[in-house]
Order: sequence, then structure tokens, then C-alpha cells
Amino acid sequence: MNPAPSIVFFTVASGAGYGLLFWMGLLRPLGLVPGSAGFGVLAIGLALVLVMLGLLSSTAHLGRPERAWRALSQWRSSWLSREGVAAVLTFPPAGLFFIAVIGHTEWLALPAGLASAVGAAATVWCTGMIYASLKPIRQWHHPLVAPGYMLFGAFSGAALLAMLAGFWGQAAVPAAIAAVLGAGGFVLKRAYWSQVDAAPPIATMESATGLGFIGTVRPLDPPHTETNYLLREMAFRIGRVHAARLRRIASLGGFAVPAVLLALAMVSGGALAGVLAVLAATLALAGLLAERWLMFAEATHTVALYYGVDARG
Amino acid sequence: MTSLPAAQPGAKKLGLVIDLDTCVGCQACATNCKEWNTSGHMAPLPDHNPYSAGQEGVWFNRVHSYEAGDGEEGRTVHFPRSCLHCETPACVTVCPTGASYKRAEDGIVLVNTDICIGCQLCAWACPYGAREFDDDAGVMKKCTLCVDRIYNETIPEPQRQPACVTTCPANARHFGDLGDPSSAVSQLVAERGGYELMPELGYKPVNRYLPPRRAPKADAGPPRDAGPLPSQITNPLLRWVDKVLSR
Amino acid sequence: MPADGGSTDRIVYSAPIGDEVKTTTCYMCACRCGIRVHLKDGRVRYIEGNPDHPVNKGVLCGKGSAGIMTQYSPARLQAPLKRVGPRGSGEYAEISWEEAMETATGWLKHVRETDPKKLAFFTGRDQSQSLTGFWAAQFGTPNFAAHGGFCSVNMAAGGLYTIGGSFWEFGEPDWEHAKYLMIFGVAEDHDSNPIKTGLAALKQRGSKIVSVNPVRTGYSAIADEWVGIRPGTDGLFVMSLIRELILTDRVDGEFLVRYTNAPWLVVRNPGGADDGLFARDADGKPLAWDRARGAIPADDVTLSAVLVGDFTLEDGRRVQPVFNLMAERYLSADYAPEAVAERCGMTAERIRRLAAEIADIAFNHPLTLDIPWTDVWGRKHDKMVGRPVAFHAMRGISAHSNGFHTCRALHILQMLLGAVDTPGSWRYKSPFPRPIPPGPGPAGKGAKPNTPLTGNILSFTHGPDDLLVEDDGTPLRIDHSFSWEAPLGLHGMMHTVIGNAEKGDPYKIDTLFMFMANMAWNSAMNPMETIRCLTAQDANGDYVIPHVIYSDAYFSETVPYADLILPDTTYLERWDAISILDRPIGSSHGPGDAIRQPVIKPDRDVRPFQEVLIELGARLGLPAFVKEGGSPKFKDYPDYIVNHQRMPGVGPLAGWRGEDGTKKGVGEPNKDQLQRYIDNGCFWRHNLAPEESYFKHANATYLANAKAMGMMGNSNQIVLQIWSEPLQKFRLAAEGHGAKQPPAHLRERVRTYCDPLPFWYAPLEQQQHDTDPFPLSAVTQRPMAMYHSWGSMNAWLRQIHGSNKLYMSRERAIAEGLAQDDWVWVESRSGRVKAQLSLMEGVNRDTVWTWNAIGKRAGAWMLTPDAAEAQRGFLLNHVISEWLPAQTGPRMANADPITGQAAWYDLRVKVSKCAPGEEGVTDPFPTMLDPPPDMPATPDILRYNEGGQKP
Repeated sequence: MNPAPSIVFFTVASGAGYGLLFWMGLLRPLGLVPGSAGFGVLAIGLALVLVMLGLLSSTAHLGRPERAWRALSQWRSSWLSREGVAAVLTFPPAGLFFIAVIGHTEWLALPAGLASAVGAAATVWCTGMIYASLKPIRQWHHPLVAPGYMLFGAFSGAALLAMLAGFWGQAAVPAAIAAVLGAGGFVLKRAYWSQVDAAPPIATMESATGLGFIGTVRPLDPPHTETNYLLREMAFRIGRVHAARLRRIASLGGFAVPAVLLALAMVSGGALAGVLAVLAATLALAGLLAERWLMFAEATHTVALYYGVDARG
Repeated sequence: MTSLPAAQPGAKKLGLVIDLDTCVGCQACATNCKEWNTSGHMAPLPDHNPYSAGQEGVWFNRVHSYEAGDGEEGRTVHFPRSCLHCETPACVTVCPTGASYKRAEDGIVLVNTDICIGCQLCAWACPYGAREFDDDAGVMKKCTLCVDRIYNETIPEPQRQPACVTTCPANARHFGDLGDPSSAVSQLVAERGGYELMPELGYKPVNRYLPPRRAPKADAGPPRDAGPLPSQITNPLLRWVDKVLSR
Repeated sequence: MPADGGSTDRIVYSAPIGDEVKTTTCYMCACRCGIRVHLKDGRVRYIEGNPDHPVNKGVLCGKGSAGIMTQYSPARLQAPLKRVGPRGSGEYAEISWEEAMETATGWLKHVRETDPKKLAFFTGRDQSQSLTGFWAAQFGTPNFAAHGGFCSVNMAAGGLYTIGGSFWEFGEPDWEHAKYLMIFGVAEDHDSNPIKTGLAALKQRGSKIVSVNPVRTGYSAIADEWVGIRPGTDGLFVMSLIRELILTDRVDGEFLVRYTNAPWLVVRNPGGADDGLFARDADGKPLAWDRARGAIPADDVTLSAVLVGDFTLEDGRRVQPVFNLMAERYLSADYAPEAVAERCGMTAERIRRLAAEIADIAFNHPLTLDIPWTDVWGRKHDKMVGRPVAFHAMRGISAHSNGFHTCRALHILQMLLGAVDTPGSWRYKSPFPRPIPPGPGPAGKGAKPNTPLTGNILSFTHGPDDLLVEDDGTPLRIDHSFSWEAPLGLHGMMHTVIGNAEKGDPYKIDTLFMFMANMAWNSAMNPMETIRCLTAQDANGDYVIPHVIYSDAYFSETVPYADLILPDTTYLERWDAISILDRPIGSSHGPGDAIRQPVIKPDRDVRPFQEVLIELGARLGLPAFVKEGGSPKFKDYPDYIVNHQRMPGVGPLAGWRGEDGTKKGVGEPNKDQLQRYIDNGCFWRHNLAPEESYFKHANATYLANAKAMGMMGNSNQIVLQIWSEPLQKFRLAAEGHGAKQPPAHLRERVRTYCDPLPFWYAPLEQQQHDTDPFPLSAVTQRPMAMYHSWGSMNAWLRQIHGSNKLYMSRERAIAEGLAQDDWVWVESRSGRVKAQLSLMEGVNRDTVWTWNAIGKRAGAWMLTPDAAEAQRGFLLNHVISEWLPAQTGPRMANADPITGQAAWYDLRVKVSKCAPGEEGVTDPFPTMLDPPPDMPATPDILRYNEGGQKP
């Protein structure tokens, strides 16, 4: 699948934003992150900025962005619509949470924060399900995809929270959470890759054409001699060597190293913790961009079979 | 709604039956579809770089060529590919706006281009590549089964069929109600072992493909009663000397 | 509940397709289907097949359905042009039609007044040859032809000299009844849609289809059996089948005796002037050997023929029946399956099995129709019995220098099976069969200033006396057609015209006048050499070919090489006659013809070529185009179509003749004729009665009615010719008999190849150079979506075929270390061309091939120079030489030695991987062509939408 930059950025940014919002909503009432208005403005603000930037970026992928509002109507069947609805429903509590934190209106901050956390989780789950529900793309239609989105959002959100809390010298709890999630992300991604690598293709040129009863099916001529939308969008291919390198970058740079750094930050505390957390969050986001790019680039769509592009890729 | 219409017993399932045994790959279905539909319900079907490098356009029907099997034992197969009007199409259920819909009355899958936002998720959801993105208009388009032809009373009745079907010179395309087991198309499917593409994905395509007839083995022996073997004949001309042929 | 889009989608269920619908005849290829053109606001909304039309019955192919984009292509020429820079520079000035006509008239008048043969008039993809050929004869030049010489003249000549018909416009399989069809070398055909429809009908009936073709695409793809033969060996394969049939006694003797010259007696007098001619009685009637009575006229109804024997006539001449001679030839060990199999690329067992299969269908499964009929002897038969084995062939077997004999051999195979115009076999299309060979010889002798030639320029030679040669054997025609180099050059030899004109062989010409022939590119063998000839200058700096006039509707590669360009209309903007005098739309069901009518008005300063030609005829004072006082006889082309009479009562159209429109074929002009055609969907068709429908060559009812309708001059039986006496006459001349004899350097060639019985020989080009360094045969095919329509100016078709690759057997490529998409050099004895490789299973292991005419010269057809057609499309033409390998003596065309058919498919090449850095762009890559002035801008995005907006 074509790793469109707008979607890669969108899913990473909004995942991190919702992750950050989720942890703020959950940890602040428990007093596990700084309770100051300043921290709240920064953390919730950053979360909302990331979410908004992500959503804006996603509209760049639309052919008719001015009609984006229509996407809210089909929540009964469409995960994309549900994502939109969840995103929209998350804004009021998030706004209230933001206001409550500024004004230290704690009676409001608690439910608003928890509601924001629920909304954030729901939104990211919907995002994950958009991909996980697509059967023609076997690398997406996988039980670890939606949990992955949740985990990676939570991880990157926690890393950001640790970074911000580090400025207040209180990175320990978010850093600990992020370290654990980072490790979890590493394990999940490794497990995911080994499973999708081992799984058979869901279809072959023989089954896609129904001509396997004659023998091996090979393309002779495509319908048109130049490329087209489907090929650009769904027959994107990445070289094995390049993919392996990116996998190492994503799993080590995006999960393992940040997790270690965050663990160190948790232990070290102080200014060092802040520096480590900044480094970890930056690495995590960069790694997730690589992970998300790969998520697309390595995904194969059955339609490519009609063009003779090997789906096992 | 984007959710699929409830399945009605005996409901119409309009669709195509494509005969891979007789399709010669002439592209008639592809270009006739293009000319009908570029001024039809989803008009226009734009073409980018029509006279320069990278020419490509929106086509609802594309004809592939494959080779199945090796060497002389194999078969070249021309393979027209268009929307299969699935019974449970994911392109419809994933649509966030309701632009993509399946009609209860005849099963045709359509896009209302007035409300499509061009998110292209339906294209990802379709395993068959039936979705055609018009990035000029920013909306998704697709085969309409010539919904503006097949019910059009200004067109003589025999031609109220999809353009690809009426134009096909090789009689390789048939249109009808695949929900009715007694229809001509259903019977054709039954007789010829018509099959679905990738049924394992569960979208229940309505269109069917009729398989190419299997070629007999090239090394099959001669038919029986094929006359004397050459080795049994000494001077073949002599046999004719006494033969008298009258008018 | 969220609403879905269905409730608000605005579907229009009852809008008429357009404001208006007009019928006409398609011209996206040579098939001539009936179309209905729907117009909306004066623009074309939709083109569909006309359901009432006898050719296509409502269907329409991929080209015809893309006609809109040919109509609105920006490559359409806008106005008459004259060249103002050097030839090829692309510097033109727009001129008025008056200036254009005056210029053309000036040049042509001078030629006609001095030496009319110095006009070479060649018309490419022309469907109005009855007019263009007539015009050339009126002008007085023998130098006229269309594209047949480089298309399929071998097939046409082979058929017309053997069975009085051929394939495509001449005949067709009995689609309704055939049980077995063998097709040879057919990629596409003039009979495009009927073949598709027919093949589907055969398959639905469970008939077997066998395709003999080096490449398994298109029709071969749907064949039940594909025989991947090596190019140029079809004749060997067919003769081997013939051998098997004779050897196993699977021959329809009754058919041979009744309908062919198998029983005719041939004089055996080696060295004598009558050797190989038919023994005839005092009335000139050929003789046959009757068991009881000895030699009697062969047409005697009571003949009890003896087909094998060696007899002496009363006058002492030794004679043998044709059958005897034929059987001896093919029973030779040379044609044994074992002897030919390897060369053909198949096993001997397979040849035997195919022969047995054919024989099984023919003789164990005859087809009987309960239709009474009357034969030429007046005998009534209560049914028609046929051999349901059909054959069809096209350019694949034809475009070889051994193609004529191959085509004849195929017809002999049909005769042996009794499979000529019998139920279930191959059938004549009206107005065929015609006498073998038909009519008088070709016109062209004694061309004189200001004098028309009498007769048809493209006609049929019966022997040396009909050749167009000087006494010393020098050709009279610029292309050497109808000379000793191509005695049966029925369709001319367009591929030699420009080269000969440049060389002055046999003379220099003054004006080259071409229509719809892309000779500076894909229509030429060796286009770069053709361009050199077109631009060659003499010592004075004058062009060796002083004037070039070209008419085309589009900015093709040839336009920049013309001095005067007469822009033609598109096919939707013009009148035309698909004339009974040329190749009409008849079928086995009966004769027919058709017209085109303008369905839209041109939006440019262009005129239909035929109308221009008629006006030029009047300006030049050609007798048939002026009244007695010298004023124009016809005001326009429709006037000509209706009122021109070739002979009294015979005009371009056969339908609705006579003042009241009640006559068919022959009758006075009818002023309402065109309206009657339009009212009928732009065609006329006469359906044969059932009793006329088969055995037309010997069917008394058919022959009498055909004569009455003017389709032939008499109603005699047309006896199918296994032994070809005209060929023997040429051979006798080469052996030193008669007044006209070939020049010394051609004597052996004529003696060898003018064999009255088909034989197989290696293609000339391959005989004359060392083929070992060039192990692969190389051939081209036209893709169905572009057959006979160059197409690249069509925005839709160029998406389907925007570039072409070289296809090679996967097994072979792997063995040679080549991979999919490698860039390779394709090298022949005469040059090399760069291409990208594609591997496939369905191709003969010793053959490579590509789609033809996809490659375009940068800038032509209003495509930008970066277009795929220019960058990655390539022409195999670049490595095909128009001349045979150099030898002593005059150069010889790379052509069939009998018909002059361009031998496109004799090519041998080697394929090697490009050096690193050479990939990506084809070569040769000639300089970019600049468009004429005032050509329309080409859009970046095309949104064709006529009346399709939603309400």
C-alpha cells in the first residue's frame, strides 16, 4: 500500500495526541503528573494540537475535504465514520478538561479528564479498526493491528507525557508507564512481523483469476501500458533489504531504545531524566513514523494480484 | 444506508456473466463502457495527460491478459475486470458518508458522487480493484451496471443492457438477474460451472466468470477410423488407377 | 438513523441518449460495421453498433467504440498547408483551398501533358479504390495502388487464382455449421467483428478451433488447440497435411471431379512450348480422361473421370490428369511429417493427428442440409452435403516471400476435403466467386499524354502478354508490379515506390501523391531509408522526387515530408461508398454495399479527399469528370456516387438503382439513392435464396442471378484451379517459349517460382544471407484495439497500447540470460532497434514478436515528445529491409517473387542485452517533429462529457 505522508503523519500524530490526552485524563486525577495549570495547558494543549494537526493532515488525503463533515453519518457500519464521531465526541470533554485544569476546577477536571481518556481510547481503537477491518490487506486484517494502534498511541502519549513531566522533574510515573509500553510495543511489533511473515497469502493470482485449474498464472499484458491509481495506491512495493533495515530502525529506535531511555529516566530523575525523556519521546515519534510508513509499505492488497505483483511481498 | 439492505428472499441480483472461453481481448467492453459512462450517470470519466507522457484515466472496465499453464499446454486468457456488485460489499459498509450504497431493489452498488468525500477507503476495501478514483473531481466512481441504460425506456428494449454487454462482439458478456435461478444467466452459470472471484474473502460477488474450456492434450492420438496407416500403403497412387469418379 | 446516498442520488432513468441519432459506416478499421451515432448539442455523445446491420448486427469492437476520441483528436489537420522550409523541417504555411487546388492542378497538369506515368498515386488505407483507381486510369498513369501490396496480396492472389475467392472480404467460414475451424496467422482481420461473433458461435456449438500461429494471443488465445508454428513454414505444414490426406485416401474425389480441374489433362512435353498447359479440344475446352471414351471435354456431365494415369491423345501428345501430378508432388518424401516437423516447430505425430482429425470431421461427420438445388449441368439435387471443416487465414501466412504458394496450398487442402462453399466449410462472400482469374489484364501499357488508360489498373494477368513490361523486360510501373519481378502483383508494391522513385528505377517521377499512407513511419519497411529517399536532392539541390502531395486527416509522421498537404475529414464528417465495384460488405448470405454519410460538420478548413479528387479530376479535364464543355461533371462526391456509371447501369452502389429505385445491381441512376440508403441504415443487402447459398461456383441458380445483377459477365461454372495454367505460362516464357520472355537475370527466378503447383521454399531473404548469426524469426501483429487504425492520437486507445515490448519465449530468454523488462538490442542483417523485453509462454521458441505501429516519432500525432509512444514504443520496421540481400544484378524487393507481397515476416534477428546505461529509451530516435501552425492546444486533462451532467 502507498504510504501517503498525510496518513502516516495523521495516524502517528493523532495517536500520540490521543495517547497524551488519555494519560493526562487518567493520571492527573491520581496526582501522578504535575497538577499545575501550566503543565495542564502544555500537556493537554500539545495533545489537542497533535490531534488537530493529525485530523487536518488526514483531510489532505480527501478528494473533497470541504465535505468532511459528511463522514460522521455512517457510524453504524463504518469504522472511519466511528473514528470521526469518536474524535468529535472527544473534543467537548477534552475542552472542558483543558478549561478545568486551567481553572483548577477539579470537580470538573476529574470526569472531563476520564471522559477524554475514554474518548481518546475509543478514537484510536476506531483508527486501528479502520485498518484491521480491511480483509483484502492481510497485513492489516490481523488481530494485533488494532491493539497495536492502541498500544503505540498509549506509548507515544506516555513518552510525551514523561518528556513534559520531566520539565517539572516528575517524569518517573509516565516514564515507567512508557518504558513498559515501549517494551510491550517492541514485543508486539516483533510478534506481529513474525506472524505476518509466516502467514500464507490470502489469495494468489490463481485464485484471484480463478484460472489455477489450468496451471501457474502469469500476467501477459496489463489493461493499460502506463500506470494507474490502483497500482500507485495498492501495488506499492518496498525492497526486502530496505524493509528489514526500516524494521530494525522502527523496533529498536522506536521502541527498544526509548523504553530503555525512559527506564533510565525513571531511575535517574532530575534534569537527566528530562533530557532522557525528550530523547526518548523524539525517538519514539520518529520510530513510529517509520513503523507507520512500513505498516503501509509492507502491506499487500489483493488487487495487485491482477497486475501480477506478487502478494507474498 | 451504508449498512447493507436486508437480504430479501428472491430479491433481484443484477450482474454480469463473463465468458473467459470466448473473450478475445478486443477491448470493446472497455471502450464502449468508457464512451457511455463519460457522459453517463457518473460523468465525466476524465483522462490525465491524454496526449503526453503518463496517460491514464478513469475506466470502469479493464481487460487484462494472462497466461495460465506452461508452454503449449497453457492458455492465454483475456480477463475483463469491473465491479462485481457483491452481495456483501465492504466498499459500502466502510463508507463514512453513505455515498457508497447498494440498492435494495436490484443489488447494484453505486456511489453518490454528490456526497462522496473522496477518502478512498472503499478502494482499499475492495479486493477486486473495482473502484476508480476521479482525482480531478475528488470523488470515487465505479461501474454503474449502466443503471441509466438498463431502465431507460427511450432505448429500444433489446439494448437495455449494460453497454459492455450489447457491444461485445464475442458474446462473452451476459447480463441478467443472478438472484433468479431460472434466469438465462443463472442457467448459463450452472451449465458452464461459472465461478466467483476470491469467494474466500466472503463478499459474495454477484458477477460470475465462465472458465475457459480445457484444451485437449496436444499429443492426443488420432480419432478412430482415421483410415489406413501410412505404413500400410505401398504405392498410394495405384489405388486411384482403377477408381472411377463420375459426376 | 443516518441516511444513505441512495436516497439522494440523482439517477436519470429516462433521458434520451442524445438529441439525434444518425447511422453511418464505421472506419476505425477495415471491417465496415454499421454504427448509430448519437449526437447531443452537435457533438458525438455515443457510438454504438447498428443492430440491423448485416456486418456487425449491433456489436462494436474496441476501436469503433473509441471513435469519439478519433473524431476529437487534437492531431486533426486544420487547413491546407504548403511546405516553406526544407522537407522534414516541419515549416509550413497555411494556404487556402483555392491555392492548394491550383498548386496541385499545376503540378499534375504538367505531368499529364508530358508523361502521365510520372505521377505515382498510392492510397494506403483506402476504402474508395473504385474511385481512386478509376481516377488514376483517367489520369493515364499506371502507377496506382493502395496498401494491398504490403498487406495481404498473397492471400488475395492465391485465392483468386485458385478458388475464385479468398478470405476476409472474399469469403468466410460457415459460422453457422462448421464443426472444425483451422485458422492460420490471424491476429486481427478486415472481418473483425464477424470473426469474433463467429468464433463465439463455433465455441458455443462445441466445434473445435485450431490456431496455427507463432503467437498465442487474440483469436489464438481462445482456440482449443494452439499450434505454435515457426514463421514462414505454414506452407510446409499444409503440404504435409495434404500428403497425409492423399496417403490415407481421405480425399473427396467426387468434389474434385465435379468442381475442380483435378481431372483435366496436362500436356507432358518437357522442353516443349505446350508443356504443362491443359490439353484442349478444338473449341478450347480442357479435356479429361473418361474411362470408356478416353479424352473428352472435361465439362461433360457424363464424364467418368480417371484421375491417375499416363495417357496419349489421338494427336500423340502425352497427358496426365492434374490430380496425378498433384498427388505425385505431395507424396514426395519432402513433405512427409518427419521431414517437415522440426522445421515447422512441431512433432510429426501432431501433423498426422491433425490430418486425421480434419479427415475425421470431413468424412465421418458430413453435414447435410435439406435444401434442394440445381447444378450447372441442370441436375437437381434434393439436399446439400458438405464437409464441415473450415479454414481461415490472413497476413501471417501471407506476408512471406513464399506466401503465394502457401495460400494456394491451403486452398488445395480445402478442395481435397470438398470444403469449398459446401455446408459447414468455407463460403464465398458475394460478389465472389469470380472467374479464375477474372477479367482482362491490368491497364498500363502505352500510357500517353492527356490520355486515359482503358480498363482497370489493378487487374489480373493471365500470362506473359498481360505483363506491364518493355520489350526488354523493364517494368512499366514504378513499383515493378506486373513485371517479371512480380507477375501477379495485383495490389501493387507500395513498399518499393519511394525507393524506386529515388533511384529512378525504372524512371524518375515528378509527383508522388499519397492518401492515408504513413510511408515516413510505420507503413514503410526501413522508415529511415524512406525518409532519406523523400529528402534526397540531386546535384542542383532539387529534390529527386520533385513534388509530394499528401492527404490525411491527422498529423502523421509523413506530413512533414510533403510539399502540399490536403487535410482530409474524419470518417464521421464525410460521404463514402463501400462500393460493389471495390470490396463491398457482401457476405455468404448475399451481396451488399454501404455508404457513409456526414453525421457532423467539420469544424476545420478541411475537405473529404474523394471530393478533392473529383474536383481535381475536373480541373485537370479528366474525361470522366467533365462534361462536354469542360465544366465539372459532378458537383460533389455524393453526386458522383449516385450518377457515375462505370458501364451502363452499373455505378458505385448496387442498391435501389433504376429511376424508381426498384432495381438491384444494374439499373439507371436513382436520384433518391442515397436517401434510400440512409433510410435503410446506410447499407443495402440482398439476401440469397437458400438454393443459391452453397456450391456457388457450380450453382446454376446462383450463377444466373449473379450475372443478372452484374456481379459477373457470364454464368459458367467456375472450375477451381489446382493446377494454375497462368503460372505455367510464365514458367514456359522463362524456359524460352513465346514472344515475351523474362530478362536473363530473372529467368531462373521466374522458372523456379512460377510453378503451377504449390511448393515450399525457404523465404528468399533467408536463402540469401547467412541466418546463423540471426537465429530468431521476428514478426509483428496489430493489437485488436488498434488494428488498421493507427490510433495513437486517440486518447483512449493510447492508454491501452501506449508502448510496446518485444515478446520472447520465457524458456528461451532464461536460457540466454535475459529477464523480464530487460532492455535489448534487436539486430538484423540491416540494422538494429532497441526495445524492452517481455517474456511469455505462448510464443514459438524461435520467434520474437511485438505489437506493430505503437511506436511513434517524437512530436507526431500531437503527442508531446516525452510520450511513451516515442520513448518506449518501437518499430520493428527499422530492422526490416525493403530489398533482398545485395547480390549481383539489379536489386530485388524483399517480397514474394510472384505477387510482390512485402515479406514483412521473413525477418531474422538476434537479441542481446543492452549495455548498462543504454536502457530506458528506444533507438533509433529520430529528431522531434514540429507540428503545423494553428494546431489546437492539447489539454492536460480531458473531461469528455456530452450532456452527461446530472439534473
